[in-house]
Amino acid sequence: MMNKYTVLQKIGIYSSIALFLTFMLLPFVEMFIASLRPLTHLFSRPDVAVGETMSFMDFMSRFWSDKMSFQAYRDMWVTVPQLPRYIFNSVFLSTAVTFFAMCFIVPAAYAYARFNFRGKTVSLTLFLAVNMFSGAVLLIPLYKLLRMYGLLNTYWAMIIPGVAFLIPTGIWLLKSFLEKIPYELEEAAFVDGASRLYTLRRVILPLATPGLIVVGVAMFIGAYAQQFLFAITFNQDRDYMPLPAGIFEFIGYQRVLWNEMMAASLVGILPVLLIFLFMQKHLIAGLTSGAVKE
Amino acid sequence: MSNLIQIFKPKTKAQTTTLFAWALIAPAALVMFWIVVWPLYETFRLSFTNSNLGTLMGGAEFVGWENYEKAIGGRKFPSIVTRTFYWMFLSVGLKMILGLIGASLLASNIRARGILRALVMPPWIVPIAIGCFGWLWLYNGHFGLISNFIEMVGITDGPFSFLAYKQSAFYSAIVTDVWIGTPMVTLFFLAAIQGVPKDLHEAAYVDGASRWYRFRRITLPQILPTIVSMALLSAIWTFNSFEIIWILTEGGPRGATTTLIIDTFKTAIFSYKFGAGATRAVLVVLILGVFSVVYLTVLNRLGNKYGYSGVRK
Repeated sequence: MMNKYTVLQKIGIYSSIALFLTFMLLPFVEMFIASLRPLTHLFSRPDVAVGETMSFMDFMSRFWSDKMSFQAYRDMWVTVPQLPRYIFNSVFLSTAVTFFAMCFIVPAAYAYARFNFRGKTVSLTLFLAVNMFSGAVLLIPLYKLLRMYGLLNTYWAMIIPGVAFLIPTGIWLLKSFLEKIPYELEEAAFVDGASRLYTLRRVILPLATPGLIVVGVAMFIGAYAQQFLFAITFNQDRDYMPLPAGIFEFIGYQRVLWNEMMAASLVGILPVLLIFLFMQKHLIAGLTSGAVKE
Repeated sequence: MSNLIQIFKPKTKAQTTTLFAWALIAPAALVMFWIVVWPLYETFRLSFTNSNLGTLMGGAEFVGWENYEKAIGGRKFPSIVTRTFYWMFLSVGLKMILGLIGASLLASNIRARGILRALVMPPWIVPIAIGCFGWLWLYNGHFGLISNFIEMVGITDGPFSFLAYKQSAFYSAIVTDVWIGTPMVTLFFLAAIQGVPKDLHEAAYVDGASRWYRFRRITLPQILPTIVSMALLSAIWTFNSFEIIWILTEGGPRGATTTLIIDTFKTAIFSYKFGAGATRAVLVVLILGVFSVVYLTVLNRLGNKYGYSGVRK
């Protein structure tokens, strides 16, 4: 009835979606194809005579070679011996950032979701205002701060700013989850003589677990994404470098090993892609709950 | 002593609640003071000094408004500010339009909606730096896909290095920025569209309203609050966008992609002029602050005039 489409409309919708998705996914597809092509093929151009235009077949030959293989996925570990370390660093940094961020987010989000108290709106607004400052604006004093504590060139140099810039969003997300837990349950616990902390631990947390997982995953993805800036400014030690910064090693003085660089990039995004794949339904619902709530 | 305890001892239930709530918020608030508020103050202070690598930890001289005079009076400053706003408006505009189209498409009653929706997300969840490496290869002049494609179609008659020329580098960076920013906008618009009450559409449908009419008169007004707040958030992030430009062009060629944030980073971190860099950082914060206030004020005025509040409480 209302949601029925004519054949023509259907074709229109599907082809528009196809176009939209092409824009979104083309870079990944091309990265994958490039990772399979040998370097000599990557650095070759179709033979186009002077004055002639490139034909469609010439163009398509860019994406196909008889010598396509997964060789780059083997060679990259040799070219950049530190690669496993970089991938480990990336995952480790994100995990640590997520853990510490959650320690700060959970109590604060609980307070905002449950209580009416003086300074609530003001402080919540101030937290959210932090989103206005990119890390790039605060780099100089942060550098100074980290140097003062002797934390430059350590994992902490990337964990501390990472945690700070995730807290506001985390509080906001988790708050909307916690608001959905009925208050009556807490009251019942109070009536039975449970203390506030006990209630938080034994009543609220178990109920909030799905929300906690979604926020945790969102924090992990965020932490994984934002490593680059802090890594290139606060860390010079290759042992602690995360993957996005480490991948620059494929850019040599003479030439760029594009196929290995693309292979390493794709392997590097595998952790977040897998997590997203398993969690996407809950994640999307959780992230957008603020957008639909009235 | 006992008086002091008396002051802090909560007297009413409301006070107990306030005290407990603040105790829970305190750790997060302290981190924010340590990593955001103090650095913000320190940036402000440094912007009045000639601090550099040697005097970062102390000993920098107070130079008054000199940094500001130099920064604002600099030959390049007007063009950098204009470029930053052009960058922001163009990119945010494209993100909003693409996001709205994408969300409307994905909200339609079709099969495999869930999978299609998930396929839009990767540009957003993948580290920005890594997405940019992919685009670096796409923009490659001799061997890149786009250069080869436009050569095949006949737009150019040879290789074209997108990141080597001023104009094309700027618009290439815009495309990448839009690519990274669109998924989130799409996602939030989609959620908002799906939150529009069904009976509104049904009533209009019964009255014979066309799909396009229903989109304009029901969907759009209903999701306007989401559009308004997404646009502001997106504008702030786009204004502050650093990694994309830095990886693609490092602000070049010849400054063609140098926005305020890139200029700040180049001055502070690359030239070690911490004082002058801090000045630019303060200007970034000031400009963004003024922009946000103006944006919200104008929208509130419009809202009052037309009986609609664009800012959701």
